[in-house]
Amino acid sequence: MVSEVIPQTEVQTVYMRPASLKNVPTHYCPGCTHGIAHRLIAEVLDEMDIREQTIGVAPVGCSVFAYNYFDFDFVEAAHGRAPAMATGIKRVLPDRYVFTYQGDGDLASIGMAEIMHAAGRGENITVIFINNAIYGMTGGQMAPTSLAGMKTTSSPNGRDVETMGFPLRMSEVLSKMDGAGYIVRRSLHDPANIRKAKKAIRMAFETQKRCLGFSMVELLSTCPTNWGITPQDSLIWLEEHMIPYYPLEDFKISPGLEGVKV
Amino acid sequence: MTKEFLEGNFAMAEAAVRAGVEAYFGYPITPQTELLEWMSQRMPELGRVFLQAESEVAAVNMVYGAACTGARVMSSSSSPGVSLMMEGLSYIAGTEVPAVLIDVVRGGPGLGNIAPSQGDYNQLVHGGGHGDYRNIVLCPASVQEAIDYTVLAFDLAEKYRIICMVMADGSVGQMWEPAELPEMRPVRKTTPEWAVNGAKGRPSRVLTSIYIDPAIEEVYNHKLIEKWYQIEANEIRFKEYYLDDAEYVVIGFGSAGRIALSAVRAARAEGIKVGLFRPITVSPFPAAQIADLAKNAQGILVVEMNTGQMLEDVRKVTRDVCPIEFFARMGGIVPFPDEILTEIRRMAHEPKNLGGDPRLRWLQRHRDGVLSFA
Repeated sequence: MVSEVIPQTEVQTVYMRPASLKNVPTHYCPGCTHGIAHRLIAEVLDEMDIREQTIGVAPVGCSVFAYNYFDFDFVEAAHGRAPAMATGIKRVLPDRYVFTYQGDGDLASIGMAEIMHAAGRGENITVIFINNAIYGMTGGQMAPTSLAGMKTTSSPNGRDVETMGFPLRMSEVLSKMDGAGYIVRRSLHDPANIRKAKKAIRMAFETQKRCLGFSMVELLSTCPTNWGITPQDSLIWLEEHMIPYYPLEDFKISPGLEGVKV
Repeated sequence: MTKEFLEGNFAMAEAAVRAGVEAYFGYPITPQTELLEWMSQRMPELGRVFLQAESEVAAVNMVYGAACTGARVMSSSSSPGVSLMMEGLSYIAGTEVPAVLIDVVRGGPGLGNIAPSQGDYNQLVHGGGHGDYRNIVLCPASVQEAIDYTVLAFDLAEKYRIICMVMADGSVGQMWEPAELPEMRPVRKTTPEWAVNGAKGRPSRVLTSIYIDPAIEEVYNHKLIEKWYQIEANEIRFKEYYLDDAEYVVIGFGSAGRIALSAVRAARAEGIKVGLFRPITVSPFPAAQIADLAKNAQGILVVEMNTGQMLEDVRKVTRDVCPIEFFARMGGIVPFPDEILTEIRRMAHEPKNLGGDPRLRWLQRHRDGVLSFA
């Protein structure tokens, strides 16, 4: 019998749970991209070493329980009011990092006034905007970002723009605000884009660090459960249908960010 | 300190400043706008936070956020603006963070007008926002009380981690009177142990109003009502005038109570043994005190600047053991002392009505042409 020879190699940690994430399972559906967005934020906070200086503001929607997964201080806002709540926090604690995590119904529908004015004031907060073109938590109703013709439980025959209006491009709108320091759209549908999304999240927090005004990263995301297709098909659907309407662009980059490499 | 000639709204603002308020978020609305204007000057001057929000909805949520950091925070508004704040107030109640709100009440419903009213009694005392919670509500009747209760509001809000409101009708907000402001208190340097301010060297904290498991929400609701009974036991406040030998009692809060005092004095001069009971806290409601008064009174007259919102609470606690009558002006009309005096005389000299609806009798007097509206 020949004894097995185990080759001695140096153990390298190449992947681990960020300290900013709790070691708990999430409630998100299989294939949902919230988990990816959470992880990217956690990695950025770890890398910037600001976990203990950060306060998150959770929205109403599927990510209402975001604070169960992040391991830093959190508050939970009323539907759409996260930017107002974040403003209150940031104004009394200007040396902390404050960010909101909001879905499309939260940010672009019920919270339109709060997001517009937070951007208009150049409120020095960061917004992570999850755009999956649907209301997830309540079971797949039409969102302000639902695409034309998109079938949802409240637009069963497809979104008719004549009667239901047009999908809102929030990054484009908010980038027109003088108070906005960093507004970009990214997507979470494949590894290359996920890496770009992480860089954008880092830049948004770097914007806040430098007090350059309102920063927002819009993340195109999937909702396989409410779209009614498989996780894999959802990624393809996002690429084929959402990106043409919601282009992945840098809409506003403050000149103060020039030379910042992440 | 010496007395100064002060407007109610300015006085409440400066009282809050001296009580150590760290952040003010508000939106202009008559008749409380001077409060916001005062803050816009004073707060930045002192290196504190002032922000004019895009709406009352945003203002109250800014208060919510700032309150979660453990800072002393407030807003102020008037009736329609307070309606808009109800969502945020419910969340604040559901999170047990302290906050102070001043409501300078105006005529309503709807856009109503900008004249003094007490029409927000039910909105502030019996809820307003959704869910199962209660607020402390303090009712000043003078500029001096407006100052004193604004300071008290912060202390009560923080002691119990609750919303404390100052319900000042428009006349208290707008009137000028000599009053004394308190000494400037230093801004608190300590942070409460529940506050969310960055998890530096400690486990992370969450402040939320969501309890998705009904069993946990039930425990939370239970905790809130137990706390409320503590507040009832400790914090009921009221003022009594000429009640020692009184056969008749007038009950009124805020401006209505203050005007009633003039009528009570005039009635005393005529030999009618009448006194005044003026609730300072309408929430918690001085139920036991009013029930006691009812046991010995030959009649109670409730005077309000609304259609009898507090009357319903008075009737609930007195259970009609003594005759109750009602008089009100509404819609921004302030009663004259003579009108109340007439009602006191009627109560003292005419046959007593035990039982029945005092508000209906009041309306009947209007239908009969005994009383008239504007």
